[in-house]
Amino acid sequence: MTGAGASTGLVGFARALRHGGVACGPERVQAFVAAVDHLDLGRRDHVYWAGRLTLCSEPDDLPRYDAAFAAWFGGVTPQKPGRRTRQTSHLAALTNGEAKRNGQAPTLKVAASDVEVLRRKDIATLSPAEKRHLRELLAALEPTPPTRRALRRTPARRGTIDPRRTLKSMLATGELTRPRHRRRTTRPRKVVLLIDVSGSMKPYADALLRFAHVVARRMPVEVCTLGTRLTRVTRQLRHRDPEQAMAAAARAVPDYEGGTRLGETIKVFLDRWGQRGAARRAVVVVCSDGWERGDTALLAEQAQRLGRLAHKVIWVNPHAGHDGYLPVQSGIVAALPHLDRLLAGHSLDTLHALLEEVRLA
Amino acid sequence: MTPEELAEALDRVGYLPDAGIATAAYLALNMHRPLFCEGEPGTGKTSLAVALARALDLPLIRLQCHEGIDATQALYDWDFPRQLLHLRALEAAGPVDVDEAEASLYTRRFLLARPLLQALEDAPCVLLVDEVDRADDEFEAFLLEVLSENSVTIPELGRITAPTPPLVVLTSNRTREVHDALKRRCLYHWLEHPDLAREVAILRRRLPGVSERLAHQVASAVRRLRALDLLKPPGVAESLDWAEALLTLGRTELDAETAATTLGAVLKYREDAQRALSAGVLTGMAGSTIGG
Repeated sequence: MTGAGASTGLVGFARALRHGGVACGPERVQAFVAAVDHLDLGRRDHVYWAGRLTLCSEPDDLPRYDAAFAAWFGGVTPQKPGRRTRQTSHLAALTNGEAKRNGQAPTLKVAASDVEVLRRKDIATLSPAEKRHLRELLAALEPTPPTRRALRRTPARRGTIDPRRTLKSMLATGELTRPRHRRRTTRPRKVVLLIDVSGSMKPYADALLRFAHVVARRMPVEVCTLGTRLTRVTRQLRHRDPEQAMAAAARAVPDYEGGTRLGETIKVFLDRWGQRGAARRAVVVVCSDGWERGDTALLAEQAQRLGRLAHKVIWVNPHAGHDGYLPVQSGIVAALPHLDRLLAGHSLDTLHALLEEVRLA
Repeated sequence: MTPEELAEALDRVGYLPDAGIATAAYLALNMHRPLFCEGEPGTGKTSLAVALARALDLPLIRLQCHEGIDATQALYDWDFPRQLLHLRALEAAGPVDVDEAEASLYTRRFLLARPLLQALEDAPCVLLVDEVDRADDEFEAFLLEVLSENSVTIPELGRITAPTPPLVVLTSNRTREVHDALKRRCLYHWLEHPDLAREVAILRRRLPGVSERLAHQVASAVRRLRALDLLKPPGVAESLDWAEALLTLGRTELDAETAATTLGAVLKYREDAQRALSAGVLTGMAGSTIGG
C-alpha cells in the first residue's frame, strides 16, 4: 500500500513531468498512483514502469519522461532508452516576453481601414499593438478543409443507379417505378503543416503557429515544427485557448530560434509519421524560408519522397512575398522541382490565399 | 501473481517479454485497464495479445480495425434474413398478432454478436483490438464507451454487462494519432525492437530448427540493417521470415550470397535493398562468428 506521504511524492513527480512537457492530466496521475499500489513502491524499476505506462501517451514523451524520472528519483533510468535522449528546455512561452513588455500598453482601437493595411503588411514589421490585433484577426479566420472522395455512397437525385434501393422500391410497389440514384460522399482530406521555427523564421514563427492553431480547430491536421529537430505539436495545439496552446507548444519545442536542418527533419517526419499515413494523400504545407544548413541533396531526396506520398505539397515562404524575390535559397532550389505550389506567407492576406489554395487542393 | 511470474508464463508459451512488457501486462490485468501498445511494425504487439491469451488460458477474440468500420461490424448486428424468414413462417402458420410478432423478432437468437459483444459475453477473455489507428475517429468514441463501461446497451434488448472485464489489448502502428480520451483510459506501452540476445532467443524459440549460429547471424544482420536508416526497418517478424526462408532453403549459414538472394524476406523496398547492398552490410558475412 502507498502511504499518504508516498503518493504526495508521486504526485510531485507528475507535476515535475508536466513541467517537462509531458501532458499528463489528473486522471493519468490517479492511474499512476493506482499502478504503483499494485506494484512494489520500494523497487525503482517498478515505479519507473508504473509511471511510463500511465503518464506517457506517445513516443515523444519517453525521452522527456526518462529525463524527469532521472532528475526526480536521481541516478540513471532502469532501462536505457532506445533512441538518443533529447535535451528538454523550459522556454518561456512564445508570447510571454512580448506580452509582459507591452502589458501596460493601452488597447488600440483599430478602424476598418487600418485592418485593410494590416492585412497586407509584412508580419515581421508589425508593432506590438498591431501584432495583438493580428492575433484577433487570425483567430477569426474560418478555414474550410479540402475534401476527398469517400468510399461510401449516399442516395442522390442524380448519379449512378443504386440497384439496392431501386430493387427495394420495385418490391414495395411490384413494378419498376423511378430508378434510384446514388453518388459518392466526400470526406475532409488530411492537412499537414510543417512550420520552420529556426532563427531566420523568428518574425513569422509565432504568427504561423497561431495560424496552425486556428486551422487545427477546424479540420483534421497534423502540425510539426522544423528546426534542428522535429517536434510534433498537434497535441499541444489542441487547447481551445490560443494562449494556452502557444504556451504548451513553446514548452514542447526545444529548438525554437535555432538552426535549420530541413532535409533531416523532413526525413524524420516522413519516417515517423508521413510514410505510415499522416502524409499519405494529404495536403502538406511546408512553411519555411528555405535556408538549409544541412545537405541539400538529402532535402531534394526527401522532398521527392514527400511529393510521392502527399496529394499536394505547398511551400510557403514568407520572403516570397517581397519585391524582387527569387527562389535561390539552397533549400528552395533543391525542393522546388517536387513542389506543387510556392506561395508567399508574410501577411494575413497571403495566409488567406494559402487557406484558399489548401481548400481547393 | 507478480510481473516476474507473468513473464515466466509468457515465456512458457513462446513469447519472451522484457521487464516493460511484463509489467504492462501485469498492470493491465490487475488494474482492469486496456493496454495500448504502440511501436514499429513487427515488434510483437499483436503476438503479445495472442501470447497473453495462451499464457492465461483464456479465449482470444480479435477485432481487426479498418477504415469505415462501424458498430454493426464491431459490436452487433441483427440477422435480417433470419428475421424475415421467421416473419414469413409466422404468417404461414396463420394470423399473427403484430406486437407479439415484432417482439419475437428482437430476441437474442436473431442477434449476431460481433467481436466486442462477443468479448463482453465470453469474459473472461483476451480482446485484441488490432490496428485501432486504421479506424475512424467516430469509431474511437464508440470504442471508448464500450471499454470504459464494460457493457453495451442494445435498445431492443437492454444492457449487456461483462461479469468480469475482458483483458483488452489495443495495438497501433501510428498511422494516425489516436485520440487522447481513448489513450487516457489505457496503459500506454511503446515497444522497441528487442536487443540482440533476446532476438536470438526469440528466433530459437519460434523456429526450433534454426541453429544458434544461424540465429545469431540473422539477428545481427537484421540489427545492422536497422541501423542503416531505411524506409522500413525490418522488425522481429521480418527476421523470423528471413530465418524461416533460410531454413526452407536448407542453409545452415548466412553468407553474403545467400543473404543477397533472400533479401526480399526482410526488405520490402527497392531503395532499401539497394542501400543495404551498397552499404556492404551483407558482405563479409561468412567470416562473422558467434559473439561478434
